[in-house]
Amino acid sequence: MTEPNGAPDFANWTCPLPLKDYPTIVMGHGGGGKLGSELVEHLFLPAFRNPELENLGDAAVFDLKPGFGPSRIAMSTDSFVVQPLFFPGGSIGELAVNGTVNDLAVSGAEPKFLSVSFILEEGFPLAQLAAIVDAMAHAARIAQVRIVTGDTKVVERGHGDGCYISTAGIGVLRPGVLVGPDRARPGDVVLVSGTLGDHGMAIMSVREGLEFESPIRSDCASLHGLIADALAAGGHAVHAMRDPTRGGLASTLNEIAAASRAGVAIDETALPVRPEVHAACELLGLDPVYVANEGKAVFFVAPEAADRVLAVLRAHPLGADAARIGHVTAEHPGMLVARTAMGANRVIAMQIGEQLPRIC
Amino acid sequence: MKYLTEFRNGAIAQRMAREIQAIVTRPWKIMEVCGGQTHSIIKNGIDQMLPACVEMVHGPGCPVCVTPLELIDKALAIAAQPGVIFCSFGDMLRVPGTEADLFQIKGRGGDIRVVYSPLDAVEIAAKNPEKQVVFFGVGFETTAPANAMSVHVAKRRGLSNYSLLVSHVLVPPAIEAIMSAPGNQVQAFLAAGHVCSVMGYWEYPPLAEKFRIPIVVTGFEPLDLLDGIRRAVLQLESGRHEVENAYERVVRYDGNQAAQALLREVFDVTDRTWRGIGVIPRSGWRLSAAYRDFDAEERFQLSGIHTEESPLCHAGDVLRGAIKPAECPAFGKECTPRHPLGATMVSSEGACAAYYNYGRFLSAEQLAASGAGLTTRQAAGSRA
Repeated sequence: MTEPNGAPDFANWTCPLPLKDYPTIVMGHGGGGKLGSELVEHLFLPAFRNPELENLGDAAVFDLKPGFGPSRIAMSTDSFVVQPLFFPGGSIGELAVNGTVNDLAVSGAEPKFLSVSFILEEGFPLAQLAAIVDAMAHAARIAQVRIVTGDTKVVERGHGDGCYISTAGIGVLRPGVLVGPDRARPGDVVLVSGTLGDHGMAIMSVREGLEFESPIRSDCASLHGLIADALAAGGHAVHAMRDPTRGGLASTLNEIAAASRAGVAIDETALPVRPEVHAACELLGLDPVYVANEGKAVFFVAPEAADRVLAVLRAHPLGADAARIGHVTAEHPGMLVARTAMGANRVIAMQIGEQLPRIC
Repeated sequence: MKYLTEFRNGAIAQRMAREIQAIVTRPWKIMEVCGGQTHSIIKNGIDQMLPACVEMVHGPGCPVCVTPLELIDKALAIAAQPGVIFCSFGDMLRVPGTEADLFQIKGRGGDIRVVYSPLDAVEIAAKNPEKQVVFFGVGFETTAPANAMSVHVAKRRGLSNYSLLVSHVLVPPAIEAIMSAPGNQVQAFLAAGHVCSVMGYWEYPPLAEKFRIPIVVTGFEPLDLLDGIRRAVLQLESGRHEVENAYERVVRYDGNQAAQALLREVFDVTDRTWRGIGVIPRSGWRLSAAYRDFDAEERFQLSGIHTEESPLCHAGDVLRGAIKPAECPAFGKECTPRHPLGATMVSSEGACAAYYNYGRFLSAEQLAASGAGLTTRQAAGSRA
């Protein structure tokens, strides 16, 4: 994508038009919606194209040395720029570990090793950094991963937001597991491991100064154990898994519908949402299906194994509120359709950029 | 949630829809003025539940959609200036101006902040005395009291670095304009509950009388909407044209007196341009003489604003209820939420975006096949 002289070569983009609508980066490019996907599709993918990347899973899966032993490797990376750095239910530290652990886990891998990079702003209190590092160490112990390498950079005051963290992780694919966003099949049952929108609304509530009788807590957690249990119970019947982070359940289900070229139909009344999260969403004019989660997974499971997997999820401490929320259909391929409480149907589209609070 | 979940009961909604079916004998066209109501109707699929002959026409009540292009361009020009903190409700950031939107200005370095209340913008002004803080005060009577309060507070606190870019619009003159337009087909109105919670509904009886139309003050939840529609149909069927309040848990005849007093102090009635519709006489508010110092249009001398609407966009026809969004030739083609040509495609309250986001570009067959029991009439009514 870059010419030898360093100037970006816009002419050689495979499809430059959709990007040229926004000649500069806007916040929506990082919002987990359509703008971000276009950046991947029209800029990163053409530039880096290779079979491992093209799958566009949460982690890339590959053989380190084909023919060398049975184990396949999964690799993933994620950056964390959340504000505030500390919030009810966690901090940027837990997020940085669990986010990468979960991306590996939903790819069917057992997370093993993490790297961590800190970008710190001049003047950032050391006590806060210590609290973040402590939270990371704790989260890594729970997730049974080792943080084996790292890097620290400091930028001048005003050039960062206190602390940014980037982690990358490597895991070993569980033997016999075959999951991918393109493997959902008509008839599959869609399960979610718990309540939706907790993390996003915990952050929004702090930012907007909303106070509730019981504060909304982030659901930030590592899902490797829950997913191991689900895979043990479901085996090959588990076709796809994903953790619905930025862009929420709606983006995740739309992505899987698109990758699998199948339709996803969900029942709005079956979606588990905490009353306080629901209330906060109503106040701010947001839809919980678009709000971020940091400790939830969505499973696409063949119908004969769905009850078994759901029972296992509910038996796990992180899956007590797990629910069956819909199914995959051969109709409306690539689309997510919800049946409303009124008995009508509506399409839930991928969001464009960030979810915008309404005026009134 | 109390006062919310009980108004979203699917079984009661089905029963109310059957009641409407039982009383209706002729085709009727009812306009919901408010964009919030349009959003709720489409999101919940209320229109899919109604009998074929009751048609909901979506009115011009989306504040984002009717804010004139010239004002959007002024907002972009102000927000791009150094030393300015430009505060706005979230929806306004993606509304296309002639050359850009506020998101792009932000991307180019403009200090643009999304706030939930104009009073937050006043606080920002207090904390940043070296900056000019401007709040984009748009909307109907619903958002006006908070905007009025912000300049009232700023004046009391002596914050000379705060100003309001105002484009307030009013519902009753819009109803008058729609009813007076040649070719009008609207036979009844659902008045916007939130507007009436501020203003009351004392302004409506003369309109009901003049145009012999039922006007029903209506809320936003599915059962509120169905009740409003049921009452409007009952009136139409029996030849009555009264003002009714179907949102009694929120709205009183006189409205909020304290808010109205503040509005009278801060604002004067003025002619306003409505995007896509044109100038409607005495249809909006501007800051009164006592608050003129807080008018961003006065404070920032802006020249060279040249506005140009997309020739493909039929937002005006949509806002007047003359066409449904899917009947616009650009709908879902040149114009999508990803690349909106007109404001009605931007806000979730805009009729075009509501239609697009909730799948009204799908064929009814596709939707019906998803297993959700659409009736044949909806199959015939929705467009591919």
